[in-house]
Amino acid sequence: MMTALQKNFGQTPSQTVGPYFAYGLTAEQYRYDFSQVFDGRLAGPGVAGERILIEGRVLDGDGQPIADAMVEISQADASGRYPQTVAEAQASGFRAFGRMGTGTNAQSRFVFETVKPGAESAGEAPHINVIVLMRGLLVHAFTRVYFSDEAAANAADAVLNSVPAERRNTLVAQRSEQGGSVVYRFDVRMQGPQETVFFDV
Amino acid sequence: MSKPAPTITPRDWSSHSPYLYPGYKSTAKRGPTKPLIPLKAALGELSQPVYGHDGVGELDHDLTRNARKNGEPIGERMILTGQVLDEGGRPVPNTLIELWQANACGRYVHKVDQHDAPLDPNFLGAGRCLTDAQGRYKFLTIKPGAYPWGNHRNAWRPNHIHLSLFGQHFASRLVTQMYFPGDPLLAYDPIFQGTPAKARERLIADFSLDLTEEGFALGYQFDIVLRGANETPFENRK
Repeated sequence: MMTALQKNFGQTPSQTVGPYFAYGLTAEQYRYDFSQVFDGRLAGPGVAGERILIEGRVLDGDGQPIADAMVEISQADASGRYPQTVAEAQASGFRAFGRMGTGTNAQSRFVFETVKPGAESAGEAPHINVIVLMRGLLVHAFTRVYFSDEAAANAADAVLNSVPAERRNTLVAQRSEQGGSVVYRFDVRMQGPQETVFFDV
Repeated sequence: MSKPAPTITPRDWSSHSPYLYPGYKSTAKRGPTKPLIPLKAALGELSQPVYGHDGVGELDHDLTRNARKNGEPIGERMILTGQVLDEGGRPVPNTLIELWQANACGRYVHKVDQHDAPLDPNFLGAGRCLTDAQGRYKFLTIKPGAYPWGNHRNAWRPNHIHLSLFGQHFASRLVTQMYFPGDPLLAYDPIFQGTPAKARERLIADFSLDLTEEGFALGYQFDIVLRGANETPFENRK
């Protein structure tokens, strides 16, 4: 028998993550009785680099924080390198990937604990890759976090330079220091005059 | 001159829904409105080899057993199996698949779900597995029920199972839903209908008597195609 796919080969279409993902994808964060594979901590205590928090909200077209979004981030380590094997990630404590829902924080924030990434190659600014998923988003959205204290590197970054100048600020997380922690604030605005730049990756 | 770095096949927008789809009301305030900025990333930069390999437990693929409290879950047992391929038809081995779904009555364990249908104490509705060396996966679960939602008058979601996959690259990430053949609700479901017509059929599993286990569970095959390496024929030959 010909399967549906054999008759019509091509990319499997994306569908929304929906409102009920939490017990499947972020069970421990939401206190369901199931384990989770990913969390908001990308770097264990022994990982080299500047320890930072990436904190923000996902805002809808009315500017309201969204409490049923899920945010995933992926980044290089402080030397600009991704772990290449499971063994390497386990040995170093750097997982390169994090996932958080926005439904357990009173302000609908996501908070990632990580180290500031290094540039992956010369001429490229340090950045974090971001995936945003939620009810009402039929295809997940890709964006990037750049860093406000990397002005010179940002000015030379080819990807940032491909973005209209007046929209680049939507990709730059603002650095502050709060109670001994370095916090980068990054809000994702799905719509509106300050709509975050989303990429066709 | 150095060889250009291999890239990943682009998102085929003729296979995916638009961000703003009026029939699905939640898209109106949540879908991006400005054009996406093209970002042609090299594969190597976004290689993601370390997902989930340390977190898949022995019963995680068996939703009929992974949440038992005092007996078997209620409902029709089903096997969900298939192969994960990239667009070149190559199997995607050793990749994480996460799954979640409603129970046989159409009720999710999620606290936000207030549908007036019973929870099943022996069924959570979440699982995960890794594909094998041929890209194949297999779950044992309970067929999910349809349930009402607030999108429009008398709106009901067709029976469906949510699936989340990574593939081998950051850009091959896919979150989708699998539907069942012959479901009359598909014609009325804006989430399914938002997908361009030519690609919709790829979201419907095939019922298979070959995969059905005598006296035990119905078998469904659902193959999944992810974006993959956009290799030239020359590179394929080595």
